[in-house]
Amino acid sequence: MKPNIAATGNGLATDTILSVNNIEVVFNEVILVLRGLNLKVARGKITALLGTNGAGKSTTLKAITNLLATEDGEVTRGTIQYEDEDVTEIGPEALVRKGVFLVMEGRGILQDMTVIENLRLGAYSRPGADIDAEIEQVFKYFPRLKERTGLAGYLSGGEQQMLAIGRALMAKPNLILMDEPSMGLSPLLVKEVFGIIRRLNKELGISILLVEQNANMALHVADDGYIMENGKIVLDGTAKELMENEDVKEFYLGGGGERRSFKDIKSYKRRKRWL
Amino acid sequence: MKWDLLFQLLVNGLIVGMLYGVVAMCFVLIYKSTQVVNFAQGEFLVLGAWVCLALVTNMQLPFFLAFIFTLVFMAAFGIIVQTVILRPLIGEPIISVIMVTIGLSIFMQSLMNWIFGNDAKRFPDVFGTSDIVSIGGLNVEVAYLLSLVLSIIIMGVFFWFFRFTRHGLAMRATAFDQQIAQSLGISVKQTFAMAWAISAVVSGVAGIVIGIVNSVSNSLAFVGIKVFPAVILGGLDSIVGAVVGGIIIGVLENMAEYVDGQWLKIGNLYTIAPFYVLIIILMIKPYGLFGTKDIERI
Repeated sequence: MKPNIAATGNGLATDTILSVNNIEVVFNEVILVLRGLNLKVARGKITALLGTNGAGKSTTLKAITNLLATEDGEVTRGTIQYEDEDVTEIGPEALVRKGVFLVMEGRGILQDMTVIENLRLGAYSRPGADIDAEIEQVFKYFPRLKERTGLAGYLSGGEQQMLAIGRALMAKPNLILMDEPSMGLSPLLVKEVFGIIRRLNKELGISILLVEQNANMALHVADDGYIMENGKIVLDGTAKELMENEDVKEFYLGGGGERRSFKDIKSYKRRKRWL
Repeated sequence: MKWDLLFQLLVNGLIVGMLYGVVAMCFVLIYKSTQVVNFAQGEFLVLGAWVCLALVTNMQLPFFLAFIFTLVFMAAFGIIVQTVILRPLIGEPIISVIMVTIGLSIFMQSLMNWIFGNDAKRFPDVFGTSDIVSIGGLNVEVAYLLSLVLSIIIMGVFFWFFRFTRHGLAMRATAFDQQIAQSLGISVKQTFAMAWAISAVVSGVAGIVIGIVNSVSNSLAFVGIKVFPAVILGGLDSIVGAVVGGIIIGVLENMAEYVDGQWLKIGNLYTIAPFYVLIIILMIKPYGLFGTKDIERI
């Protein structure tokens, strides 16, 4: 089965929780970063968004959560819909209250606060919640965080990532956006973190948009996938389709098909740019 | 050596220093959460004192009622200053923000001069504050004891607020990184307004206390200037540092007075000593005792 090469990204899943329609993002009023990006996240599924450095993956997440203003960026065209509601202009804090939570690149841990304080801030958008009981729930997924009583800045990279995900759970979100959870982690830890991501998706029914450079890992846990280049989606399909796609194997998964000489590969890449 | 005078000055220094610490905390709170150096902190304090005094003497309100009204007024005032004057300046260069707070300080000074007059006025003796009690051979005015107790209460409340309450944690998160705070669902605008409100309220309380101890006049704004050595000593972005810095400056002032009165006979060492400390600290430890060093991101 051939994946859908068209940049519109339509015709994936039926029940969509988030759809990004043809958005354009401009920084400092001159630098065009996203040029007509479309994607959909299916309810209860994990959707992977892959791409190389500078493709605009993080910008996409910040556009969805409206965090661009702090970096002098803005969405100049297109709409973002969450649960059939236009959230293009909504403030970041209102979006968190609606159930969309971003786990930022580099984890976004408040390093000068304790683990418990970080977790309590995760529930900031839900005043009056039974926070202590919920923290115990989070510790069920991340038992090793329970023993860490010091400042979050002293946690290891893996523990910080787990804290960031645990903090997201405290907001009781319907949709979690994750920006490179594998960044700076050892292969074993990456496996553990992705295992947890899959458990959260299956056990709690949280939809996840997973932005990754580690295409191999991401496609293994995801249901659907998108590949972006230069601020546009260039390829989409189910994770299985993408994994079997020759181009994806060649560019993102490493080694695909029979070995070719260096010269062949170079010409092949030039011929097959998805643009 | 006059030991009892020395001891008396030491206690005075401690009590005054605690008050400096409280005002320094207000200053640090604003700097830490909104990156604004508030040169009008001293005027905030004077405004609180004047408003309370006016409510007590002109409107004939009982002191506690006047006190509560003053706090409400100061909270509203802080929020208005933040939203009307400083919010439009978000993202502007730091020098513009500094010029605006200096302007605010001058504006408030003239306005208060116009409304409340230039003379010092005393609070009516509400609860026998000028009585003198003797504790362990020391003669301490009740007003001083009152200010000591209030300072400790305010510091305790600050500690509790930032450690255990939802809004306190949100304020610390905003101070650490605004984007992270936003991603957690914290409204940065609301947090900024709250920081100014709290700072204005606590400055107002300090103003009332100092007004009761001394008397109310526009020159009370000197505390706002004394706060700078305290804050620089403690570290610009450390609440604990503000308290420690305040106490050190208070004690140092009084020790300078002792040394001056006993031996040097210069006559004004009391006022200038804190600023010598300021200069020395800036030379040897520019980030202060508890301040975080700025790490430039590459």
